[in-house]
Amino acid sequence: MSLLTPEPGLVFWMLLSFGLVVFILVKFGFPVILKSVNDRKEYIDSSLLAAKEAHEELEKVKTTSEALLSETRTEQMQILQTTEQTRAKMVEEAKANAKLEADKIVAEARKQIEAEKQNALQSLRSEIASLSIEVAEKILREKIGNKEEQMNMIDRLLDEIEISKS
Amino acid sequence: MKQRFYIILCSVLLLSSLALPAQAAAAPTENGGEDLNVKEMILEHLADAYEWHIVSWKNKHVAISLPVILYSENSGWNVFMSSQFHHGHSEYRGFSIAAEGKYAGKIVEKDAAGNDIRPWDFSLTKNALSLIISSLLLLLIIMSVARSLKRNPMEGKKGFVGLMEMFILSINEDIIKPAVGKDHARYAPYLLTVFFFIFTNNILGLVPIFPGGANVTGNIAVTMILALCTFFIINLTGTKEYYKDIFWPDVPTWLKVPIPLMPAIELIGLFTKPFALMIRLFANIMAGHSIVLGLTAIIFVTVKLGTTINVSMTVVSVLFTVFINLVELLVAYIQAYVFTMLSAVFIGMARMEPHKVD
Repeated sequence: MSLLTPEPGLVFWMLLSFGLVVFILVKFGFPVILKSVNDRKEYIDSSLLAAKEAHEELEKVKTTSEALLSETRTEQMQILQTTEQTRAKMVEEAKANAKLEADKIVAEARKQIEAEKQNALQSLRSEIASLSIEVAEKILREKIGNKEEQMNMIDRLLDEIEISKS
Repeated sequence: MKQRFYIILCSVLLLSSLALPAQAAAAPTENGGEDLNVKEMILEHLADAYEWHIVSWKNKHVAISLPVILYSENSGWNVFMSSQFHHGHSEYRGFSIAAEGKYAGKIVEKDAAGNDIRPWDFSLTKNALSLIISSLLLLLIIMSVARSLKRNPMEGKKGFVGLMEMFILSINEDIIKPAVGKDHARYAPYLLTVFFFIFTNNILGLVPIFPGGANVTGNIAVTMILALCTFFIINLTGTKEYYKDIFWPDVPTWLKVPIPLMPAIELIGLFTKPFALMIRLFANIMAGHSIVLGLTAIIFVTVKLGTTINVSMTVVSVLFTVFINLVELLVAYIQAYVFTMLSAVFIGMARMEPHKVD
């Protein structure tokens, strides 16, 4: 049956056309397609990888910045605290100083007042003494105007001296 | 969805019943003398032809005349157009198309004793032309895809190039890679070419009008060359381990020493594999063409049985032909798929690595 026997003429044409198709497609057709698809696949893969890496990097940067931020915050807190302490200390010191100064001033004033008082007392005493002498003189002049009286007086005084001597 | 199906069904029924009464009415007068010989019609289609018959209209044949190239031992090279034969009715330069006998349908000449002999026949027949057309189409498609991908490789493709890319990749990933194994990159271009060559020819064979319709992949010469190419690729790139398994397989010694039983079986297996490839593709495509033609022929066979039967059978015929054509579309893909997959599996077997010693 002719259907089952290959025709040499058709074998020739088949060899020719199939051979050409195979030659062209195997050399210039499919390798180009497969290669470019492969290239694209690799490109996509590497892009995904790069994106993942960038994401990780970003994450790292974020954590670093967060850590930095929190560190700064604690530092700030610390500084504020120290400042507060310093301020309190300074105020305390200033207060103490002022008190000391005030005490000193008060003490000085007191000393001065004391000295003034002493002075005043001194002058008052001398004034009183001179006044009392003057008064005594006046009284005496008044009292011992006559001779008798003077004599009495002298006697009494002499008695007194004698008593005190014995 | 269901509604649309009914609309299509109704339109098919309506169209086919409209077309028929005219045919049926004309039948008795025109077809009165000659009955349609279905077997002859189908065999004529399945076989090759020297002209590309397009249509016959009132005893006038419209056909594309193809070049006839002959080498005769008597008269040397002869090149002329097949129209010189007047559709097989006349002789030209001592050559004629044999009507019957051993060489029915082929060009023969008379030798000195008056017997029919065949000259060397390199005519560009219907199948040869169809092969060239489909090859050019395939080259055009694949090379344009390749150029588009090469020009802009990093861009995702849309439209036809994207479709072809998906198609090529699905064949490469689903068949070639798993079947061939680690050497797949070396064989992928050849196997892809085989797939798309068979697929293009199968699909073109299903188109009933001019550039298609030839029974190319249902011709044994075509499938033989395809199978031979696969055979050579398998056996010329086979590893040492592959040949050791053929001539000295791991079986009890008595199976191979006095009578080389296993080596003989393995050696026969070497040839049956591509032989099966050849027959499978050939028989499937040929059968598909035969069924479509046979179902169509129902219309013309039932003309004699009266208009009612003729019309109803026409409806049945059209429905069945549509169905079988859809099945053939599937077969066109499946046969290309199977041929490629088995080739890939055989290549993978020939590329095997030495067995690991436990």
